[in-house]
Amino acid sequence: MPFAIRLPRPSRGLLYTLPVALLTVVPLLVVLSSVLDPQVEVWAHLLGYVLPGVLWNTLILVLGVGAGVLLLGVPLAWLTAVYAFPGRRFFSWALMLPLAMPAYVLAFVQVGLLDFTGPVQTLLRSAFGTSAWFPQIRSTGGVILVLSMAFYPYVYLLARNAFLTQGRRAVEAAQTLGMSRRRAFVSVAIPMARPWLIGGVTLALMETLADFGTVSIFNFDTFTTAIYKAWFALFNLPAASQLASLLVMFVLLLVVLEQYGRGARSYQVRSGHAERIALAGMARWLAAGWCTLVLLLAFIVPLVQLLLWVHDVWADDFDSRYPAFIGRSLLIAAMAALLVTLLALVLAYARRRYRDGGTRWLIRLATLGYAVPGTVLAVGVFIPVAWLDNVLLAALRPLGYEGLALFKGTLAVMLLALAARFLAVGFQPVDTAMQRITRSQEEAARSLGLNGRQALWHLHLPLLRGGLLSAALLVFVDVLKEMPITLMTRAFGWDTLAVRVFEMTSEGMWDRAALPSLFIVLAGLVPVVLLIRKSEP
Amino acid sequence: MKPMLEVNAVTVRYPGRTVIESLSFSLAPGQIGCLLGHSGCGKTTMLRAIAGFEALDDGEIRIDGDVVAGAGQGLPPEARRIGMVFQDYALFPHLNVADNIGFGLRQLSAGARTERVDEMLALVGLAGEHHRYPHELSGGQQQRVALARALAPKPRLMLLDEPFSNLDAELRERLGHEVRDILKAAGTTAILVTHDQHEAFAVADVVGVMVDGRIRQWASPYALYHQPVDRYVANFIGEGVLLPGIVNDRAQIEFELGVFSGQVPMHCKTDGCRVDVLVRPDDVQHDDASPFKAAVLARAFRGAEFLYTLGLPSGQKVLSLVPSHHSHVVGEEIGIRLEMAHAIAYVRE
Repeated sequence: MPFAIRLPRPSRGLLYTLPVALLTVVPLLVVLSSVLDPQVEVWAHLLGYVLPGVLWNTLILVLGVGAGVLLLGVPLAWLTAVYAFPGRRFFSWALMLPLAMPAYVLAFVQVGLLDFTGPVQTLLRSAFGTSAWFPQIRSTGGVILVLSMAFYPYVYLLARNAFLTQGRRAVEAAQTLGMSRRRAFVSVAIPMARPWLIGGVTLALMETLADFGTVSIFNFDTFTTAIYKAWFALFNLPAASQLASLLVMFVLLLVVLEQYGRGARSYQVRSGHAERIALAGMARWLAAGWCTLVLLLAFIVPLVQLLLWVHDVWADDFDSRYPAFIGRSLLIAAMAALLVTLLALVLAYARRRYRDGGTRWLIRLATLGYAVPGTVLAVGVFIPVAWLDNVLLAALRPLGYEGLALFKGTLAVMLLALAARFLAVGFQPVDTAMQRITRSQEEAARSLGLNGRQALWHLHLPLLRGGLLSAALLVFVDVLKEMPITLMTRAFGWDTLAVRVFEMTSEGMWDRAALPSLFIVLAGLVPVVLLIRKSEP
Repeated sequence: MKPMLEVNAVTVRYPGRTVIESLSFSLAPGQIGCLLGHSGCGKTTMLRAIAGFEALDDGEIRIDGDVVAGAGQGLPPEARRIGMVFQDYALFPHLNVADNIGFGLRQLSAGARTERVDEMLALVGLAGEHHRYPHELSGGQQQRVALARALAPKPRLMLLDEPFSNLDAELRERLGHEVRDILKAAGTTAILVTHDQHEAFAVADVVGVMVDGRIRQWASPYALYHQPVDRYVANFIGEGVLLPGIVNDRAQIEFELGVFSGQVPMHCKTDGCRVDVLVRPDDVQHDDASPFKAAVLARAFRGAEFLYTLGLPSGQKVLSLVPSHHSHVVGEEIGIRLEMAHAIAYVRE
């Protein structure tokens, strides 16, 4: 008899995953391969004028922000996970709110507030005279502080998760063995939470290395600003890609560290509702006060300041250009969200269906983009597209085509770079939803007479709906906030909200940057609220 | 009568080991079979091979005379017209009870589908529960919905993969009988996979004891208990002990508790062959007049009966099942008598 299919099925997983993975792999390889082609003059220039400062700054930034996010995130996580104090319930979710505020928004608000001409120093001067000393906000310390406030929620979120699920019983065991609570925290809870802490810190550091907006506001030269300058100010593509290749190596180091942290995390069932320890006397007000202070500085004060500025400039500034900024932002965010969600579905389905090593590795590569700074992806996507343009134009010239560019400067380039950057963001929720579909549910569908395609339609898609929606939403908001890729790959004049923020901040017009920022922050609140609802029992 | 399921010399290999080795059995229409064995014996792989989720390396599988799988090839699961009940039930969480049961009936008209769903709900005792969702159901109800869903498209063969393992012991027993009744009422040929012999005995007409990818014995539950073919099956099924004995010149077996005629191993007809005799707890009767004495070493109260562990003068132990009004204390010496119509013995190793 004729058989419908051959078993076992040869893995066709690569067929699905390879094209998606190319999206990330090609830009990375293009950038990395520039190391193999070191151009002497370029390097002489970089070594002489750019690299020493950039390397030093990057090192300081990584160390400073790494320490900063730990110092902010871990104690807050421990307080809200273990103790009872006034407002604990509120703080445990509210402390995640700073995730809604892009670092560059926090940066210009803090600079605007604390700079010499800002309201704080003006007030101090009027009270104590012109001699009143105040720390310089536009300094290395200032950048570190702002980035730590922007990125501590990563550490807070993961550490809290660890303290809630892991350490509780072990700390109690240590106490029955005669250890004080404080010692048990240091010698039991922290070591047990190490994989989570590593995960949180590496995420924060990836964001730090990728950050472009904040460091440009502070005029603090790092790899991202150096790449941007080489690209736009010097029109030196080789220098940009050499710098990008160096940055990629830093980033890959973090990826290895992050993968380690992820592998070492073992999830246990939340061990019931353990009793919280009620803080007494001064301690409870100190705890509440500290949480309030962090929340005020990292979220509430900046938000209020944004609102005040928007109130001032609204009448003059909100004009006919804004519908266009908003429209373009929404358009590119929607297109990227749609594309990424589709690609994420392909990857998640391939991972489910084909369990071979090749497929698994390609998916890992494809989702590496979350670690790769936007400036690097912009360079890595632009170079091959420009090459393709030249090849095609050379071929078309004899046919009478007179144009100068085919793909260069089109939305397609921007979309590709954005998709590569945010594929992991979209993949994660889709994949989680896919893993919730059990193998036996799939087999049940097959045994009830559905073939693979029918099962995808009647079983997978309905069950993935939630995951697909949150993937689209997360990517949508991330693209709305995204700055360097949009700046570097947009078509001329194609300004979005984030571009507007960049332009206003580079001219020091904080109040006029507030208007587009407010839109971005409000959009950013949506996924944070979702995250909060998911993480709170 | 033509068998509904034929498994002919099926072999399945995973990298580095053979999971199923040249396995054969068949089921008549309406018969309920069971593959019984410890985890890792290959029983689930065999079931999945019949369903079409595993490929054969050798042999063939026929359902209702049609070859559905041969070496390295086979019909996809959806074309085999089988029904399957999974260990975790695998209900579709986004669909209510009626839509779960109707999932495999997409080719029917809406009216026919509704009718069939109602019929199935009535069959499994859930009439009127159409609009509830899986998470609102108890474990036993989910199990019944899973059964109804699998039965709805009138499969030629029903496969049940450890269907009771997620239920508590009491419910397991009751549902076992219920499932048997439902399958018999529907006249469906079925095969069950389990590691629990009580489940196997409650549901199946015929049971295969599987070890290392082979069936040791394929027989009715009664025969498995009373005539196990080898010492593995004897140990695996039920309780009991093996006592050393010797075959005498009349082909009888002599051992500590008497001389019995019975089933002597084929190549052990000779005088003086050393064997082990299977003694079940229900063979050992309490009889104060008996010349055979044993000391009570331990006792386990089981409600209606006691299971005594008795020490024989030789140091051998036997188990004895007695009605619970015969209460003896540990250390007491009692008389025992073997009630065995037919002794089963295996060559001493």
